[in-house]
Amino acid sequence: MSPRVTLAVAGRVLTQLRRDHRTMAMLLVLPVLLMSLLWWMFEALPGDTFDRVGPALLAMFPFIIMFLVTSVTTLRERGSGTLERLLSMPLGKGDFLLGYALAFGLVAAVQSVLAVSASVLLLGLEIQGPVVLLTVVAVADAVLGTALGLLVSAFAQTEFQAVQFMPALVIPQILLCGLFVPRSGLPDVLGAISDVLPLSYAVDAMRLLTATSDTGEVWNDLLVVCAFAVGSLVLGAATLRRRTA
Amino acid sequence: MPARSIIQHMMNNVESRTTADAVVVEDLRVVRGGKPVLPCLSFSIPVGQVTGLLGPSGSGKTTLMRALVGVQKVAAGRVEVLGQPAGSAPLRRRLGYVTQAASVYDDLTVRENLRFFARVLDADPDAVERSIAAVDLGEAADRIVSRLSGGQRSRVSLAVALLRQPEVLVLDEPTVGLDPVLRRDLWQLFHRLADAGSTVVVSSHVMDEAERCDRLLLMREGRIIADGTPAGIKQQAGSDDIEQAFLHLVEAHAGSAA
Repeated sequence: MSPRVTLAVAGRVLTQLRRDHRTMAMLLVLPVLLMSLLWWMFEALPGDTFDRVGPALLAMFPFIIMFLVTSVTTLRERGSGTLERLLSMPLGKGDFLLGYALAFGLVAAVQSVLAVSASVLLLGLEIQGPVVLLTVVAVADAVLGTALGLLVSAFAQTEFQAVQFMPALVIPQILLCGLFVPRSGLPDVLGAISDVLPLSYAVDAMRLLTATSDTGEVWNDLLVVCAFAVGSLVLGAATLRRRTA
Repeated sequence: MPARSIIQHMMNNVESRTTADAVVVEDLRVVRGGKPVLPCLSFSIPVGQVTGLLGPSGSGKTTLMRALVGVQKVAAGRVEVLGQPAGSAPLRRRLGYVTQAASVYDDLTVRENLRFFARVLDADPDAVERSIAAVDLGEAADRIVSRLSGGQRSRVSLAVALLRQPEVLVLDEPTVGLDPVLRRDLWQLFHRLADAGSTVVVSSHVMDEAERCDRLLLMREGRIIADGTPAGIKQQAGSDDIEQAFLHLVEAHAGSAA
């Protein structure tokens, strides 16, 4: 692996994204619009539902969007022969994956800053903890989505199949992350499953940040999310084969 | 035993140096989907020649080229390029490979594509402009690849392979869909590269391109049915046309196998 090659991959992915105005607009504007929609839904209702649900969604958007974008883009790279070409060159598998993670991580950072700023400044989301840490958690969630997207792209032959991984891998995480039923209230088996799903920790971190200014546990959750991201990247590297049948 | 194997190793080295083979293939066997695509191939390619790999589609040309580059899973046999096992890490800077479909990024310009690959390959700063000029894409350099014609796209793909002036250049049907002038220019380019010391392996299913090669390997159903200069093969088959020679050889081959 070399920083030169990793940065070359990241730079190239960003140039491609910059060309694609529609994708760029969706990536940056959509989370803000969805947060606004959520705020509007609960506006007339009594209680603090927006404050309760909002943080979980701030964790989910970057995760889901990056998962989809990455799995489809990487698959395109496999299909067009450019991946095989790169693997016949002096390029480490880690360079490729890290390059993608860097580029999409950067986009995710911008996306999260926009979504968090809009939620806090315009929509009045109450956050007790440091807003900066909230953004860091959102970026970590996005990198996790990127890493999982890279991993599943190895198991899909077409973009159709890649999109199917979303209901298979992402929706169960959304159901079990504590948004609908608090994690402590889940049946034992589901609670145990929820404990090994990364999105649970991402949502926990967001919840803690809105509820308390004590950041100790947030760091733990953040660490778990990062560990999952690194693990997926390592597994993803193992699925990149220089020789194919 | 170790001493003996060291001597053996040295002798192998001496042998490969004196014969100066860029590619050595021995008893290569490739199986795809349970079918032997290449049952058992052996041949070698000397340094500094343009070798044509000719045969109908489905004869195993692409599989063989993938084995030379080291991206093909191999069931048995030995493939060596420049004295090293095909696909080994040091070879990745010394070999250029152009696949049949243009392997470049559709949503980048020609120049952006080349700049990216040049950074991956750590090529010298002039390499990008030199490659663009070599494939005559100067006027299209700032256009997005998806808006180019098929022939232009395959030339972008070829330009990527020329970035590092590779010692071995493996080209899978690089002239498909190109106009005759451009085809002639590209063949002249392949010969210039060979004269400068590169070993060029070009596949084609168009028999009239055979005459432009220094040496030919005629393939059919995963086997090499003739190996020699275009003149030599025509003489061997008793024909003054490569297409006819190919037919004669196929028939002779079928006769001897029966």
